[in-house]
This record gives sequence, C-alpha cells and structure tokens, in this order.
Amino acid sequence: MLNTLTLMLLYQLGGELLVRLLGLPVPGPVVGMTLLFLTLLARGHVSHETREHVGSFLQHMSLFFVPAGVGVMVHLQRVAEEWLPITLALVISTFAGMAVTAWVIKAMLPKGADHAPGEQA
Amino acid sequence: MKPMPPAELWTQLTASPLLGLSVTLLAYLAGVWLFKRSGQKPLCNPVLIAIVLLSLLLWATGTPYQRYFDGAQFIHFLLGPATVALAVPLHAYWRRLRQMALPLVVALFAGSATAAFSAMGLAWLFGASPETIFSLGPKSVTTPIAMGVAEQIGGIPSLTAVLVILTGILGAMGFPAFFRLLRIRNHAMQGFAVGLTAHGLGTARAFMVSEEMGAFSALGMGLNGVLTAVLLPLLLSLLIR
Repeated sequence: MLNTLTLMLLYQLGGELLVRLLGLPVPGPVVGMTLLFLTLLARGHVSHETREHVGSFLQHMSLFFVPAGVGVMVHLQRVAEEWLPITLALVISTFAGMAVTAWVIKAMLPKGADHAPGEQA
Repeated sequence: MKPMPPAELWTQLTASPLLGLSVTLLAYLAGVWLFKRSGQKPLCNPVLIAIVLLSLLLWATGTPYQRYFDGAQFIHFLLGPATVALAVPLHAYWRRLRQMALPLVVALFAGSATAAFSAMGLAWLFGASPETIFSLGPKSVTTPIAMGVAEQIGGIPSLTAVLVILTGILGAMGFPAFFRLLRIRNHAMQGFAVGLTAHGLGTARAFMVSEEMGAFSALGMGLNGVLTAVLLPLLLSLLIR
C-alpha cells in the first residue's frame, strides 16, 4: 500500500513540476495520470499488488470530494436565491450530456456492439 | 492538567485538523452505511449524506467553513493521488479503448459541448446572474480543472466547486436508472458518458458496477477535463466578443 501511495504522489509531483515549468493549462494530477499511463504502457504490465491497492483506493474516491462539497454552506444564499435556474441547468445538462455521449458512441459502433457484459462472444 | 470549560475545549479542538478529519470520515461512513442499508437507493448517496450531516454540524456549532476545511483539507488533498491512480484501470482497458477510439472522440466533443452549453444556456434562460452562468460552464469536469476554468471565464471558483460536486452527486445517483430508461446496457458506453458528465463522483460509482465501466469513466473524465480546460475559455471569448 505504501509503495503504491508513494508512486502516486511522485507522479503527481512530476505532473505539478511539468505544469509549472511548461505553463500547461491542465492541473498537475491530470498530467501525473498521463505520465503514469505512459510509463505503464512502456512497461507493459502492472503488478497484481498495485492493481489491488489502486482498486481499494479508488473505491473510496467519493470521500475525497466531501470537504469541498461542504463548501455549499458558503454559497447557500446564492443557491437559495437562484435555485430554479441552477437546479434546471444542473439536472437537464447533466443527463443531456450523458445521453448525447452514449448515443453518439452507440450510433458509431457496429450493430450488435451494445451488449451487456457477459453477453459478448 | 486542569479541567477546561467546554466552550474553550471546542475552540481548541476545532483549531487542530483532528476534529475536521474525524467528523468527515464519520459522516462519510454513516453515508456508506445508510446507502448499503437502503439497498443502494440513489437518494441515499453517501457523499450527499455526508455533506448534509457536516453542514448541519458546522451550522449547529457555529464553526466557520474555513476552520473545518483547515482540517479536512488532508482528505481533499487525496483527490490528487486518486486522479493519478486512474492511470492503472485506463492501462488495463487500453486495448478496448483503442478499438473504440473514433466513436469515443466524436462522443467526447458532442457530450462535452452539450453538458457545458446547455447548462449555461438554461441558467441564462431562467434568469441566473452572470457569475452563476459562468460558474456553471465547467461543472461537468473534475474540481481542480473546473475551478481554474471558472476563474478564467469570469465565474466564482468556490461556487464552481460546489456546482461540480452537485453535478457529480446527481450523475452518480441518476445514471443507473437513466441508462435503463434509455436501454443502454453496454458498460463501456455508460462508463464513458458518466465520467464525461459526472467526473470523479460518477467514476467512483461506476467502479462499483464494474472495473470496465470505471475505466471508461476515468477516460471520459480525463479527456473532458483536458478538452474543457483548453476549449471552453477559447470558445467563450470568441462567442462573447
């Protein structure tokens, strides 16, 4: 577990460094993810142990959003005043975006590709 | 040690990260427990429950958000390494991802534009203030990117963070039923669409369904993050001028 966490932190550090050195418009962790991905692609395999650790770490990823989410308190007045446009915008745009994305993939894949897992040949 | 009056004790405790960290974990665990107890009812979303519980606690004790965040930021920080870790499932499904490269790229542009511009358009149509409209633009992408974009286009970064998380909760809560309604069963399609619109929170929920859905979700989230960071400020400056 400690190995995996250190690895993630080092790649994030690498990402942050690159962002600052090159003035990239993307956050450090995203660059770190790309760097780690390229490394894995070059190495060709991931140890079973690392995959397991990453799996259990990602399982709780939603927890990491909680502190920023509590920030809704600070904006409660604005959210209360503009609740109608905010609610409509959030709900409709989220599901419209989801539907458009899935439909485009479905339309472009060969027929019969839309199977549930387990049904594939 | 001399016994301390309760009011002073509270002030001292809230000044250390220990309290903010413990209550965040407790609230989240309570949320997870309720989610499981309810048979994974979408309304019992663990993040939603945790946020409501913690907001009530801060409000009831009169603790300012900033003081809470001073402690809870250590949990917030883990978003960074978690984003990096997404490279592992991406790598595991790389061959399948590559087979679908063209549909995924076209869907990325279509879905990303739909999510961003329908949000801003609807908010404008229903009379939201300009700051709110611009804060809504990047709400489908992961928190750090969205906050940066909001700042560039004239939104309020901390408001964007809140809208991002509300979007993520909404997407994570709603996608299983929504895709049943649309009759889309393929985990790759579902995952990519969920990550693209509901970033990390959608991705976390997608991993609960299958690793494949999680991997495609991670890809959708990462690609939309980069696309939004690069294109949204550019497009808006062209449109508004």
